[in-house]
Amino acid sequence: MGNGTATVNDVQTSASAPDAAAIGGSSLRRRASSHIKEKLIEFALFLAALSSVITTIAIVVILVEESVVLFRHVPIWDFITGTEWTPLFDNPKYGILPLLMGTLVTSAIALLVAVPMGTILAMYLSEFAGFEAREIAKPFLELLAGVPTVVYGYFALLFVTPILQVLLPNLPGFNMLSAGLVMGIMIVPYVSSICEDAMRAVPMALREGSFAMGATRLQTSAKVVVPAAFSGIAAAYILGVSRAVGETMVLAIAAGNQPNFTLDPMEPAQTITAYIVAVSLGDLPHGSIGYQTIFAAGLTLMLMTLGFNIAGHWLRRKYREAY
Amino acid sequence: MSIGTEKTAASLNEIRALIAKHKRWDQIFIVVGLACLMVGVIAFSALFLSMVWHGWDRLTPEFFTNFPSRKPEQAGILSAWVGSILVMAVTALAAVPLGVAAGIYLEEYAPKNWITDIIEINVTNLAGVPSIVYGLLALGVFVYALGFGRSILSAGLTLALLILPVVIVATREAIRAIPVGIREGAYALGATKWQTTRDHIVPYSSAGILTGVIIGLARAIGETAPIITIGALTFIAFLPPPPLTETFPFISFEWLTAPFTVMPIQMFNWVSRPEEAFQMNAAAAGIVLVVMTLAMNGLAIWLRYRLRKNLKW
Repeated sequence: MGNGTATVNDVQTSASAPDAAAIGGSSLRRRASSHIKEKLIEFALFLAALSSVITTIAIVVILVEESVVLFRHVPIWDFITGTEWTPLFDNPKYGILPLLMGTLVTSAIALLVAVPMGTILAMYLSEFAGFEAREIAKPFLELLAGVPTVVYGYFALLFVTPILQVLLPNLPGFNMLSAGLVMGIMIVPYVSSICEDAMRAVPMALREGSFAMGATRLQTSAKVVVPAAFSGIAAAYILGVSRAVGETMVLAIAAGNQPNFTLDPMEPAQTITAYIVAVSLGDLPHGSIGYQTIFAAGLTLMLMTLGFNIAGHWLRRKYREAY
Repeated sequence: MSIGTEKTAASLNEIRALIAKHKRWDQIFIVVGLACLMVGVIAFSALFLSMVWHGWDRLTPEFFTNFPSRKPEQAGILSAWVGSILVMAVTALAAVPLGVAAGIYLEEYAPKNWITDIIEINVTNLAGVPSIVYGLLALGVFVYALGFGRSILSAGLTLALLILPVVIVATREAIRAIPVGIREGAYALGATKWQTTRDHIVPYSSAGILTGVIIGLARAIGETAPIITIGALTFIAFLPPPPLTETFPFISFEWLTAPFTVMPIQMFNWVSRPEEAFQMNAAAAGIVLVVMTLAMNGLAIWLRYRLRKNLKW
């Protein structure tokens, strides 16, 4: 910005030069200086756009740098295959599997809720609902997506868990089931809105062809629209997985905070994200092993979401339908 | 002959039965779809009503003017809402210029080459990075490498990075909606590219950009995990130094480096305590938080609705 104002001043002084003979020259100079100004502005805008790339690079550098320090103390193989995670104990063990298991179990529960509900909602809104129902439902779903996750955590711990305890009497106060279910409800709006966009992008002619063959709405939507929109629907599922894996507060509040190597959703467990929060709440000194473990946990998380995103790209490419 | 008509009548009935059956499935699906929608409505109502049920009594004027306290009935959210507002100010000041500039570049200036491709793919991928990872980035970069400490400045910049993709995407969509004719008109009158952008593209897309900014800020105000990661304190019984002072030069930036807490962290702190009295405070803080984010999102949705209705090129 500073550069921009400087050139503006240059233009004004050169334009107001009293020498008549210099007018031709000054208008040329003005063109030249305004050209420089244009280039400077373009460069500044380019830097702003580049800032997002710098953010990504910084994320990778920070995560890898701190993790590498940890992996000098802890063999990377033990980190990947160890089934005990007690980095802050006197006899520390650094096996990420319990945290990974917690993340996978809660994400699986969330997806079991979000994928069917999101898909059905999207099919309903895109193929069945009238204009008015859609105009009411869509903003509502958007509002639902805007509720802070810490509030959903409150809901899981103090509302859903007590209800589940009535149905399942030996459910502990902290458990993966209720956190996963609430997380599922939380993700539904994301999944349904992207699924719906994909379905609405399917050309009308395909539906008309199907109706002309005598198919009902449900047949058309399940056998024509969904397959045609599959690449977009897959992208929605992948986004749902990423959100479930990266979700933090619901799990930190309602899933309990002990690493637990189990597949049983009725038990409490800790996820990768909840571990990072639990460590950050205590005041860990910069550069300690505990400090580095949260970066290693973050790197694991990042690699997982990256893996899902690549899978999503591949799915989209494989099933893309061009019209 | 008569055998033939009997056969057609029978198969006609079969077909009719088949059609009826499939139409019934249509009806069943509509019921299932509405039920899914209802699950969302019921979940949200349960969420909100349970918080109102538990927390309504705590929503007194004192709740907004008291600091957090060891005694639950005297505890309030003063330091939390002040902290939230200050952090949001930093976030908006950082994310809006950067995001809008990036959006303008990608939509108006960017040549078609691999650098642009990388930037575009990168913006999409950044939107999918878990928010806690931004917290780790901020812990490494803002808190330690740049030495901003566990301050309002660090928190604001962290959330700015987090909502940057939202602002960029909103800016791009708003700019893309402007017809090419507007640009051509400006060029025909001798305007340079920047003059066209500054005098036409930015003003005409400002409502769309504003919508995106509000949605981004509504998301930022509820974010908890990255702020915990950079080490916001959960118990703050003082306010940051005021930005306006009585002595020259009347303006102070000390508040930027002050320790702080924000609304969602205050709520998290109360919800993770076993005493029921603190959980009532959590419910009350939750009501405030939900109303705030709903109001912001509602404003954005209304703005967009009005925009769509009034926009005629």
